[in-house]
Amino acid sequence: MKRTKGEKIFNVFNIALLSMFAIVCLYPFWYTAVLSISSTADAVKEGLHLFTLNPDLNAYRQVLSDENILFAYGNTLFRTILGTALALLVTLMYAYGLSRKEMPARRLLSFLLIFTMLFSGGTIPTYLIIKNLKLLDNRWVYILPCLITAYNAIIARSFFMSIPESLHESAILDGASEFRIFFGIYIPLSKPIIMTLLLWIAVGHWNSWYDAMIYINDDSKIPMQLLLQRMVENSRTTVMNSSLDASAVTVMPATIRSATIIVAVLPILAVYPFIQKYFMSGVMLGAVKG
Amino acid sequence: MKSTKMKTGKKKFKISLNRLELLLFVLPGLIALIIFNYLPMGGLLIAFKDYKIRAGILGSDWVGFENFVSVFKSMEFPRVLRNTVMISFLKLITSFPAPIILALLINELRCKAFKKTVQTISYLPYFMSWVVLGGIVTMMFSTEGPVNFVLKAFGMKESIIFFGEEFWFIVMLLVTNIIQGVGWSSVIYLAAICSVDDSVIEAAVVDGAGRLKQIIHVILPTILPTIITVFILNLGSVLNAGFDQIYNLYNPTVYNVADIIDTYNLRQLQQLDYAKGTAVGLFKSVVGMVFVLGANYITNKLTDKEMGIM
Repeated sequence: MKRTKGEKIFNVFNIALLSMFAIVCLYPFWYTAVLSISSTADAVKEGLHLFTLNPDLNAYRQVLSDENILFAYGNTLFRTILGTALALLVTLMYAYGLSRKEMPARRLLSFLLIFTMLFSGGTIPTYLIIKNLKLLDNRWVYILPCLITAYNAIIARSFFMSIPESLHESAILDGASEFRIFFGIYIPLSKPIIMTLLLWIAVGHWNSWYDAMIYINDDSKIPMQLLLQRMVENSRTTVMNSSLDASAVTVMPATIRSATIIVAVLPILAVYPFIQKYFMSGVMLGAVKG
Repeated sequence: MKSTKMKTGKKKFKISLNRLELLLFVLPGLIALIIFNYLPMGGLLIAFKDYKIRAGILGSDWVGFENFVSVFKSMEFPRVLRNTVMISFLKLITSFPAPIILALLINELRCKAFKKTVQTISYLPYFMSWVVLGGIVTMMFSTEGPVNFVLKAFGMKESIIFFGEEFWFIVMLLVTNIIQGVGWSSVIYLAAICSVDDSVIEAAVVDGAGRLKQIIHVILPTILPTIITVFILNLGSVLNAGFDQIYNLYNPTVYNVADIIDTYNLRQLQQLDYAKGTAVGLFKSVVGMVFVLGANYITNKLTDKEMGIM
């Protein structure tokens, strides 16, 4: 195919534009990373902070020796690992039940799931239920309310329904129980969807902070994201409210904030390039069959 | 003969046993749904009661729509509702075209490696929480930050106080909202573009259509159903102005434009104003449901029933 002059100009322009866009997406993380290894004096200088001449790991030393941050990291790991494992199991089992045509009350069970996408009790009634269940200030509050979400269960159900029925039939003839069929046939055949759900749920847990903010008072039980949220909020409100008593809140220097951000996103950044395709396949599944 | 009969009997027994077993599969999920989704819906009764913590939900006195009336008559609520609708509307019109344009541009790239790199980078912000993004944006848009530095390099005299002026705060919300979501939202359009028939493109080329003409006359018409569907489904979230983003960016100086239903509702929770807070939550849920169902109904009418959520 021969290219006209106009097309060549368009191509150059397009590549330039998209390169700029990629830089805009990437630069904030680069900037934060550079700040985190700058000295406090360098960090407050105006500029783009594309690099630093005298790298200084002091901020990381402080962050990683801070007991609160280590506790928070532990809480995040707890909710991400246990929360994801349990949510995945509960979601897949519910989805398997819904995928079976002989499931008793299948329509009702399906409705109960989908209706939660349309309507919810809202913040305050949910808070009161959690309170009555004595889950306030309890780490299980991170895990139990997130055991099942409608969207995840529906795409898992769609995937299970695409597995040939004959496999199920022959297993039944061989006398297999549903549990054996589920764990022995369906789970091994569903690796793509399981990976997708696993990653979605895990990222959700890793990034959560709101539930901790309203349900947890004990600072030793909060996750990383909430700790970071408080740190950033202090810096923001103090900057804007110089009339506010500055001694009432301690503002962390930008280097410490940056180092905390990097520590909080590093696991996601590290695995991101490898898991990206699973996120994608999940979107496609969701788009094809809702 | 006899043995076959016994076999079918055995098979039937096995099947009914399997059906009972299936109930065990849904049980954990069902219990979680009932406790954490349906019990709170029962708690919505509080909205119609003079809720006293000691008396409990059922023991408190009914007051009809009194809570709703006092919320709607309050000084704060009209402002909060206006802000919510305004922000979500502005977000809709700014962040809706962006992924379409991005998908069209990415589709025009010929170098596979570059294409993949741009895509991978563009999804990245989507996987970060607004806590992290808020922390980064706070630093970048501060008076000494790199954004002001660049603006000054282009000749601006004074720093813009992005967090202190209402206009700039809204601009910042819209810009960061686009950057966070544009890559991820473009995925669905890229998938739709893939379904464009190559032979049609070739025919257009033979007819002398340049790139721009190909986009306007071939690609856009093909992905139009997707565009319409996404647009209508977005309409369903009129009362979702983006709590996570706003909460992680705002401060008291911009409350006047940044205070939305969710932040107001959170304050009610913190002030133990349960009955009115529940009324506000119920209002939001009902309006949200009406819009989602309406949007879904329209989508089903317009397209072939496949794109809707139900």
